[in-house]
Amino acid sequence: MSKPRIKVPKKAAAGDVISIKTLVNHAMESGQRKDKAGNVIPRKILNKFACEFNGNPVFSTDIDAAISSNPFIQFSARVAESGTFKFTWTDDDGSVIEAEKPIEVS
Amino acid sequence: MNPTRRQFLKQQLLTGSAIIAAGGLSTLGLPAFASAEDVAQALAEFVGDAQTQTGLLTLKTPEIAENGNTVPISISVESDMTEDAYVESVMVLAEGNPSPKVITFHFTPASGQAVASTRMRLAKTQNVIAVAKMSDGSVYTDTKNVKVTIGGCGG
Repeated sequence: MSKPRIKVPKKAAAGDVISIKTLVNHAMESGQRKDKAGNVIPRKILNKFACEFNGNPVFSTDIDAAISSNPFIQFSARVAESGTFKFTWTDDDGSVIEAEKPIEVS
Repeated sequence: MNPTRRQFLKQQLLTGSAIIAAGGLSTLGLPAFASAEDVAQALAEFVGDAQTQTGLLTLKTPEIAENGNTVPISISVESDMTEDAYVESVMVLAEGNPSPKVITFHFTPASGQAVASTRMRLAKTQNVIAVAKMSDGSVYTDTKNVKVTIGGCGG
């Protein structure tokens, strides 16, 4: 599993609303396509994404098959203190991709 | 009179690639596109019996998407995102995809702003619907029509 690419500003002022961009490599097989033999390729997508800051939920999504491969998600967060953002993607097969990014708040 | 090649191509463009896409897919025996009922059902599950209104919620899509595999979309809802009044979730539906559900964003007051963007697949030219549910129970919708040149649901 490749490493997700995440952009979080390194520094912010307390109370600022920051923008976070995430991109993770995943085929997001929709379950609509067929292989050469005409068999349907089973669905295998990341169906959930969640972002926490110091253990508190910030933002989450329920993802369906209509999201493009290598899903890109951009959202915002309000930061009051220094801490760590934790990102979690959940696969259809139950496996989980995790990543963390620190931020310094002054 | 038989149409010339030029006329034929023009006609195809006018009637839209939707028909070609739909015809092509059905001959391959792929699942049918979402029906109006599927869309209505997904909407009902999300909003319940709340009255929908317009305003506050903005859905941004390209007018023409050349590649249906990656269509950038973004939503934004005007809200101060305080503990008392914030945007709970925003659902995105695609009327003409095999399955209408696209993504549901869940916000918290810690989100600061109710904005989000992603990239989605569109099977054909269709309407994309966004529905926002506020913490006070009110519901806002926005709809955009996206013209798709090449569909993005395999085949």
